Amino acid sequence: MEKMSRVTTALGSSAISGRTMFCHLDAPANAISVCRDASQVVVAGRNIFKIYALEEDQFVEKLNLRVGRKPSLNFSCADVMWHQMEENLLATAATNGAVVTWNLGKPSRNKQDQLFTEHKRTVNKVCFHPTEVYMLLSGSQDGFMKCFDLRKKESVSTFSGQSESVRDVQFSMKDYFTFAASFENGNVQLWDIRRPDRYERMFTAHTGPVFCCDWHPDDRGWLATGGRDKMVKVWDMTTNRAKEIFCVQTIASVARVKWRPEKKFHLATCSMMVDHNIYVWDVRRPFIPFATFEEHKDVTTGIVWRHQHDPHFLLSGSKDSTLYQHMFKDATRPVDKANPEGLCFGLFGDLAFAAKESLISSDSNRKPYPGGDRRYPIFFFKKPDQTEQFAHVSSALSVFETDLDSNCMDWFVKTAQLYLLCGKPFAELCDHNAKVARELKRPQVSTTWTMLRIMFSDPANLTPGPNHPLSKLGTLPLMNSFNMKEMNSGMGAESRLERSKGESRQDNSHLEPGNSLISNNNEDNEETEGSDGQAEYMFGDAELDDDDLYSMEHDNQTEEQEYTLPQEAFQLRHEIMDNPSAPEHLQQDKADSPHVSGNEAEVTCLTPIESFSLISISQPLFTPQLPASFFCPIVREMLSYYAEKGDVQMAVSVLIVLGERIRKEIDDLTQEHWYTSYIDLLQRFELWNVSNEVIKLSTCSAITCLNQTSTTLHINCSNCKRPMSNRGWICDRCHQCASVCAVCHHVVKGLFVWCQGCNHGGHLEHIRNWLKSSAHCPAGCGHLCEYT
Amino acid sequence: MIICTSKMEYPLRTQCQRVHKQVMVNGEKERVSLLFMKALVSRGSVDAVSQQMASHPQYLESFLRTQHYILHMDGPLPLPYRHYIAIMAAARHHCNYLVYLHSAQFLRVGGDPVWLQGLEAAPPRLRLLDHINKVLAHQPWLTACSHIQALLKAGEQCWSLAELVQAVVILAHCHSLCSFVFGCDTDSDPASLSKSPNGTPPTFCPFDAANGNANVPQTLATPSEHITRRRSLDSSCDMVCLKEKIQKSQEEREKREERLLQTQGLQQTDMEEEEEMICFADPTRFITDPDLCYQEFARREEDHFQVFRVQDYSWEDHGFSLVNRLYSDIGHLLDDRFRSVTTLPSMHSPDLKRAIWNYIHCVLGIRYDDYDYGEVNQLLERDLKLYIKSVACFPDATKTPVCPLSLAPLKPSEQIHVNLLIMEARLQAELLYALRAITQYMIA
Repeated sequence: MEKMSRVTTALGSSAISGRTMFCHLDAPANAISVCRDASQVVVAGRNIFKIYALEEDQFVEKLNLRVGRKPSLNFSCADVMWHQMEENLLATAATNGAVVTWNLGKPSRNKQDQLFTEHKRTVNKVCFHPTEVYMLLSGSQDGFMKCFDLRKKESVSTFSGQSESVRDVQFSMKDYFTFAASFENGNVQLWDIRRPDRYERMFTAHTGPVFCCDWHPDDRGWLATGGRDKMVKVWDMTTNRAKEIFCVQTIASVARVKWRPEKKFHLATCSMMVDHNIYVWDVRRPFIPFATFEEHKDVTTGIVWRHQHDPHFLLSGSKDSTLYQHMFKDATRPVDKANPEGLCFGLFGDLAFAAKESLISSDSNRKPYPGGDRRYPIFFFKKPDQTEQFAHVSSALSVFETDLDSNCMDWFVKTAQLYLLCGKPFAELCDHNAKVARELKRPQVSTTWTMLRIMFSDPANLTPGPNHPLSKLGTLPLMNSFNMKEMNSGMGAESRLERSKGESRQDNSHLEPGNSLISNNNEDNEETEGSDGQAEYMFGDAELDDDDLYSMEHDNQTEEQEYTLPQEAFQLRHEIMDNPSAPEHLQQDKADSPHVSGNEAEVTCLTPIESFSLISISQPLFTPQLPASFFCPIVREMLSYYAEKGDVQMAVSVLIVLGERIRKEIDDLTQEHWYTSYIDLLQRFELWNVSNEVIKLSTCSAITCLNQTSTTLHINCSNCKRPMSNRGWICDRCHQCASVCAVCHHVVKGLFVWCQGCNHGGHLEHIRNWLKSSAHCPAGCGHLCEYT
Repeated sequence: MIICTSKMEYPLRTQCQRVHKQVMVNGEKERVSLLFMKALVSRGSVDAVSQQMASHPQYLESFLRTQHYILHMDGPLPLPYRHYIAIMAAARHHCNYLVYLHSAQFLRVGGDPVWLQGLEAAPPRLRLLDHINKVLAHQPWLTACSHIQALLKAGEQCWSLAELVQAVVILAHCHSLCSFVFGCDTDSDPASLSKSPNGTPPTFCPFDAANGNANVPQTLATPSEHITRRRSLDSSCDMVCLKEKIQKSQEEREKREERLLQTQGLQQTDMEEEEEMICFADPTRFITDPDLCYQEFARREEDHFQVFRVQDYSWEDHGFSLVNRLYSDIGHLLDDRFRSVTTLPSMHSPDLKRAIWNYIHCVLGIRYDDYDYGEVNQLLERDLKLYIKSVACFPDATKTPVCPLSLAPLKPSEQIHVNLLIMEARLQAELLYALRAITQYMIA
């Protein structure tokens, strides 16, 4: 590579070597600078001003420039710079506003050379011209920049930024006459050193102060700026308008920025507060630092690359009173620890997932997307020097599209509008709602309604129909027909096998196969998301049967040992009843089934299968009609199931329709929760009427009171301007009628409408009539009233 | 057509309109009016402090925004906590006015009235804050890393860093506001709630029934330019009304009486609404160690207290970043305040402003390397220095500040400007000390 060869020529025979090392300073450092041949470094701070020699494996203190018994504030340095042409020449910016130059060639102990006290405020930055020996530039808090000729006693020119404090000044590396200045108000200005009257160009680089700027050492057009807004920006200055070409977001305000030598896209930053690390960024990869140096314990105040052609050594000074030399090879590489997976939802429910290629490639199930190739592999080809490159990362991006229709909530709105929640006999309500659900292609919901009707209707009232023969064998045929369907869509033989295995075990263990089924079934559900009705719609009964089966098993063992006949019958039953929807409910079942089945099942455990009651005539407990309360636990679980699934509409609708039949079964808090969720949903869809109806029909006190809040309207008397406390139409204090209709001039008692613009109004009817004929206010105020 | 359902909405709206109308009298005050309107909408009142500041609308805007943000907007502390902290801070300087104000707001946001019985009744977590409150209020240079550590020390009653930063901001805000209240003498009696220096009439007047057609002249000529704007038309009606009113009651005294009545009326209604409002008594119940007060920093310099060097820890470079990181956006708001107070158009020269600012910081132990403190003596007369110091360091409501002769001939708005400078300088000083301690804690 061309650049590599340049490095070797530049460094020549005196190639720099060294290792990561540090030394303790006596005091916090504010700035550091190296001399041209990279052999010495100067450290400056409020209470320190020393020169250290950089040796092979240590820093050696060479010179303490801070002399005198009680050093003046001139020694309190905000910034320091070592001249890059003249080895003996240093300049410091003092916090009291002085600009001081130091001549190391002086024989005396005090090396102070020149002292310029022209700035009124703290000088933030000094900068020597890169090629001109005697030219020094300073930027101060007072908003001025001054150019000094070191052969003269005073500044030769003063540049007024016309904005706030100057934070940084930097001579351009390539343009002899140009320098850049950054300001506390976020601006960056370009100046021609020959024209002190006006800046050449100004642009706003950051919000808040721009703490630092640095010209690219190779590319003449690039200027990097860092600001309090935690950003590093790279500007292309060659065009007419400064153009932002790169932007790096850091985690703390950026105090210093330095381009890395010989690396076109690398720069080093350190922070002013909170964050103590030094980062080296590849500006093309702004999301993760290329390298990090984490040695400092307090904020880093000064960073400088040791040699202007060597990218491997970085020097830094810090408030923690240490001076470090960092070797680039010792830097930590955050990218190694980074998590290469990413996950994000799109606006319309699309899911994007990026992961390492190796992780994804095994997944053979992925289908190419119909709308073209949606995989965007990102490759970074290895380059010769691996340490200088970001780790080879190749990720695959998958986008999972959701069917727009499945997300469409039309069904919700329609359902909400069409459902009948009251006003008709229970059975009709159920039928109606079942029909609504069926028409919206939600068979599971529809069937649930039908089931509810069957469960809770008084058998005597049941309207005979082809599907519901009113017989002793009541529900059995129905169940069978459902099961037939489900066998098709249900799970494979394998899981059923598992299930039957589990059955032969005792008590606790029989839940385990259920577990596996749950996971199995969940997967199934995901695939059929949105149309999972079929797979589910029998859960109530199926579960019931399982429940009974189990409870019967232990009941029988303890109390009804002599009872042998059912065994056979049950196994038979089971074959039919074992449908995929059952296990899903075992989940909830597990939590509360012990006592549920304990309570209910003891009495009625064997009832649901009517055929059974035929066999066991000896048991008087069982009546042909099932008590409605028998179904309550099931319905309760069904409701929670719907609510869990997100269909709170169903839960609430059933709750309202069933009313007293189920209310006692569900604790108030849950009910209230469902109600509020549903009402919230309805209001989001602006179904105000439905939401109001729901509020009205709810039996939760917390919900019904919603309709009673915010119903008070406080008004003041229009005469005496005092609040009217008792009645709305006559004022207690001035005894005058307050709310007078602007049309009929009578007091308004009842519905009162007024214009928000002019505050005139009156009887609703009167105003309505008035506005038919005129657009102006009936009070004659001339206002064009608007009523909506 | 709107039939208002929300309980508060309607009276508020009319109040807003009222304010709007009243300040519309003076065209250039539109900005203020807008601010007041916002304040009314959000809080239901415009306090006396805001009215005092109304002569500097540019500043008022950023002040109100900050205050609204720290007391009412997103933040880690629950609302009642915030007001209680404000009460604690104001009580440090015996500022009845602020204690009263925040007690009312405390109850309004659902605070437990029992807490108002005194610091002992407050939760231990708030009691822990007492120490830093004390120190920040009187001798901020004592704020140390150890205080922060004690508060953040893990335990049942510990504070999180974000909560602490918000608490500190509220404390500093209220301490400095005490200075302003004291400097402007707003604190003396309830009647002065509505005393306003710039002719903005008081704004507490919940009246104007919906129709309002009973006594408004029906034949008002409508200025044509208002036709398109409904609300402004409304206000034009009332403007005439207002003019009449002003003509009728020329004498200032009469006006005052009326205001007094209105204010009382308001208080009455307040009492009706919030029956719990029993506890607007002695601020001393919210503080401990009442004898602690400001001590001369300069004299103790020799002892062991390091001078705080702004060049080592400044608001722009350090304070801002820290506070903004731990309590998002507050940095920008405070920055805006500091910036606007120094750039306010004023008769005072920039040098004088800087002298005042640096003098306050100097009194509180903060030094600028690049400032010649001899300037302070040149620019600030003795009595002005005395005034500044008493307002900044001893804003005790039980005394009245002696207005220095050099300020007397100035317009009230200029006097207020000096008070604003004092307030902001003090705010920044307290924040710097507190934030530096937090920084030290984070590094340690």
